[in-house]
Amino acid sequence: RPTIDRKLLESLPNLKVIGNSGVGVDHLDLKMIANFGVKVTNTPHAVADSTADIGMALMLASARRLVEGCQIAVSPDTKYFAVDWLGVEVTRSTLGIIGMGNIGYKVAQRARAFHMRILYHNRKQRRKEEEEAVGAHYCEKIEDLLQQSDFVMLVVNLTPETHKLIGKKELGLMKPTATLINISRGAVIDQDALAEALQNKVVRAAALDVTYPEPLPRDHPLLKLNNIIITPHIGTATVQALRMMAEEAIANMLAVLNGQPIPSEV
Amino acid sequence: MWYHKPVVNEELLQSLPNLKIVASSGVGIDHLDLKLLSGYGVKASNTPFIVSSDTADLAMALMLASSRRLVEGYQMAVSPDTEYFPADWLGDAVSGATLGIIGMGSIGYKVAERAKAFEMKILYHNRNRRNKEEESAVGAVYCEKIHHLLQQSDFVLLSVNLMPATHKLIGKRELELMKPTATLINVSRGLVVDQDALVEALQNKVIKAAALDVTYPEPLPRDHPLLKLKNVIITPHMGTATKKTRLLMMENMIKSIQAGLMGLPIPHEVL
Repeated sequence: RPTIDRKLLESLPNLKVIGNSGVGVDHLDLKMIANFGVKVTNTPHAVADSTADIGMALMLASARRLVEGCQIAVSPDTKYFAVDWLGVEVTRSTLGIIGMGNIGYKVAQRARAFHMRILYHNRKQRRKEEEEAVGAHYCEKIEDLLQQSDFVMLVVNLTPETHKLIGKKELGLMKPTATLINISRGAVIDQDALAEALQNKVVRAAALDVTYPEPLPRDHPLLKLNNIIITPHIGTATVQALRMMAEEAIANMLAVLNGQPIPSEV
Repeated sequence: MWYHKPVVNEELLQSLPNLKIVASSGVGIDHLDLKLLSGYGVKASNTPFIVSSDTADLAMALMLASSRRLVEGYQMAVSPDTEYFPADWLGDAVSGATLGIIGMGSIGYKVAERAKAFEMKILYHNRNRRNKEEESAVGAVYCEKIHHLLQQSDFVLLSVNLMPATHKLIGKRELELMKPTATLINVSRGLVVDQDALVEALQNKVIKAAALDVTYPEPLPRDHPLLKLKNVIITPHMGTATKKTRLLMMENMIKSIQAGLMGLPIPHEVL
């Protein structure tokens, strides 16, 4: 907000730069903005740690059934804690990262400390040293990653290529014991296919920080499932990240206005 | 035995004259009267080490969930009343923050390994100092005095055994030494914390929040003040609640029982 449309740009003839807070620019019509001679910048560095942290938080919360557990712990009906109530392990399981940019790589660094086996799929393979530093194995074919992973985490940009990247076919390739985690954009997943897959236990569970739209309509099937966690797009919702995003956006905008090299032009 | 049942008291032991061994699940043995058992010639075993990774994972899960307000966020995302997501709704970062680990045994150390990958600054307090290599491997700084750890930490994690020396280790004084922006995380035993002092500290914002996998008793009475506070998350003692680990624990207990029945050395005997 505000919505950057033709009307707004026409009303601001001296506009030189739009400094976006956050890294995703899928909400901007880059062609139209360029036609007005306006530059666009984003904040890729400021968002990386907090978003990687939320990816890990969602993976752990889903695997260990944290939200359900909290509900049991405080429910007025709880008389004892059942011994046979179990989650799944994170340590030593396999994490498949789809999208190994800044954020994906930080997820890999964190996951490695949990002795996870790390697979990744990316437009380009990373350099050997980068792979070895986190123990990540490249999967040129996304199918290989989907078939072997216990946790699949989406950390891509939203582009025409990644729109509905995960649909019925991809969900069908995942293990029935696997968990899908999305910290990229809601539209990377075919949500109807996901709702069906979760209902029929084609995959074990999902944990989404992003949906399409946000919020979901209150009668959406995803809200009725008990094997899903949804958070309200809080990947960068920390005091620390907010400040860093403002600082990074301002530095970028000043660079444009001063005719200096622009750190993060889109 | 699982979850401290049946209660191993004088009455039970008298009714089982041929009892050779009590195999307890998990690593904690605070629920067993070892003197009493020894008096009846009954051996005891636990399941250490195999519980460590899952418990460390849960400690990280609690720290992340609390700091990023995950449970509140989930409630907002699914609530029938939600019309939009507020822009000014914030949590606090885990990456780059300071974690103080009280109890650097197998579980505490595994938490340190995980926290290091989040670029956390790690302080620890323990009966014995770990050796230099162990400290450097996780970048942990020893705090001989617990108050130094309490004063500097953004997250204070309790991963000690419950014994007389750690009973109510964290009380009013310790909570007041903590930063008002700090979070207390407990994956050890409920009795390590003075619960009444904790309730007061949380109500008066002496500390920011708490995340507890363990309480005393479990479950808490349904009218307990801890259940009503917005800045607490409580989980139902699920540190080891995964399929793989429970299977390993069971196999472990069976090995101990078999050894005990045959009069052989018991793998994880508690003395």
